[in-house]
Amino acid sequence: MNLEVSRSSTLWSRVGLARQRVFDRRRQTLFLIVFCVLCLGVILTGSARAAVANQTNLSERNQAPSWAHPFGTDWLGRDMLLRTWSGLSLSLQVGFLAALFSSLIGLLIGLTAATLGGAVDAFFSWWIDVFLSLPHMVVLILLAFVSGGGLNGVVISVALTHWPSLARVIRAEVYQVRSADYVQLSAKLGRSSFWVARHHILPHIWPQFLVGLILLFPHAILHEAGITFIGIGLSPHQPAIGIILAESMRHLSTGYWWLAVLPGAALLVMVKLFDILGENGRALLDPRTAQE
Amino acid sequence: MLKAERVSFRYSPNRPWILQGFSLSITPGERVGLYGPSGCGKTTFGRVLAGYLQPIGGKVELDGKPLPPKGYCPVQMIFQHPELAINPRWTIGKALYEAYQPPPSLLEALSLDLHWFERFPHELSNGELQRIAVARVLDPRTRYLIADEMTTMLDANTQAQLWQVLLDVAAQRQLGMLVISHDRPLLERVCTRIVDWAMEAQTT
Repeated sequence: MNLEVSRSSTLWSRVGLARQRVFDRRRQTLFLIVFCVLCLGVILTGSARAAVANQTNLSERNQAPSWAHPFGTDWLGRDMLLRTWSGLSLSLQVGFLAALFSSLIGLLIGLTAATLGGAVDAFFSWWIDVFLSLPHMVVLILLAFVSGGGLNGVVISVALTHWPSLARVIRAEVYQVRSADYVQLSAKLGRSSFWVARHHILPHIWPQFLVGLILLFPHAILHEAGITFIGIGLSPHQPAIGIILAESMRHLSTGYWWLAVLPGAALLVMVKLFDILGENGRALLDPRTAQE
Repeated sequence: MLKAERVSFRYSPNRPWILQGFSLSITPGERVGLYGPSGCGKTTFGRVLAGYLQPIGGKVELDGKPLPPKGYCPVQMIFQHPELAINPRWTIGKALYEAYQPPPSLLEALSLDLHWFERFPHELSNGELQRIAVARVLDPRTRYLIADEMTTMLDANTQAQLWQVLLDVAAQRQLGMLVISHDRPLLERVCTRIVDWAMEAQTT
């Protein structure tokens, strides 16, 4: 009897523990998402400080990181923390524009190819293959150069080179869901093709699109930094992170390591934040993992 | 009468024929069993009969007319895999009510639990999902049912319950049924007539 009671009580405590773990996992995911969004929000407020960040103070040149200047100061006495902050903010905005345009192109082409099929599908699939087979960076540089560099150049070139993988994913998803039994059955139950698209197909694609968009962000930001670094991106009076890194390179050999290392690390952290956001968002949007 | 006349089908021009000149007709109230080994084309024939696939040769007719391309189809199919026939992103309630509001008596007969309706398909077992899938297609507008290996992977209890309900409804409404299975005893139990795929294919 006693044994029975203790056994059942351990069983219950085990169930309770499992429940708690499920709850914790969910809370953890939500916490991570909120944390990432908050951090990125803070980064975004940096553009308001661009004027302060550009202020020079020649009496405090080339200072190593300290409590007054955690990221040190550069050769014109500008505070590197402020500069990094406003630079990341600008990069984030450029990245958002580029990622948004790019994923919209991807969505449009993926949907068109899968719904029209046949020759149209073959045509778009060929273009997807072409873009995926060309070296990324070369096309990017070419497009940025042709469109005249600057902000437009960066946005246009990143948008035009990053849609193929998302387009391919969306095309495949549409094909898959359209051949699913429950979609075909829906038509037999008298639902119009518009209703099927609205209730079956779009909800299926939406998470893919959202996660694709979020994961495109870091790509866009890194490429923006890359193009700006080699000199055909943003101009020096728009201190995006790429400009900061490019300018710092000239001073690296003189031992001012903080000029490049700390902004670089900050860029890395931001990209990682997006990565975490995308992965956890995916876990929450998929009904199979949403309740784990 | 639901009639398949000399139906031929293959999935693409360079693949072998799956159906060649196959004929079958079902009258209201009749339950025809289609018996045959796995992979012989029973499911393909079921899909052709329900209008999911267009036959390449021959025709499928409902009371002398082709199946309606739009709107509710009077010929409905119950699939072998309920987990693939219910949208994984929908709640059970939404899936169940996709065509019509099943009467409470039917839900009760199938012992469908109202608590499930807020849940997602992956939280339910296949037997529970198949009961949902059956209730979903028993709209009053349904006149013919095609049950494709409907209970093959369910336990004996669920199997018996599903067939009990389905046979009741079929008798009440004079539904015509095509029961596709490789389980001969089941067919002998529920059908009024059995068609043997192998014999049929030889004679045509």
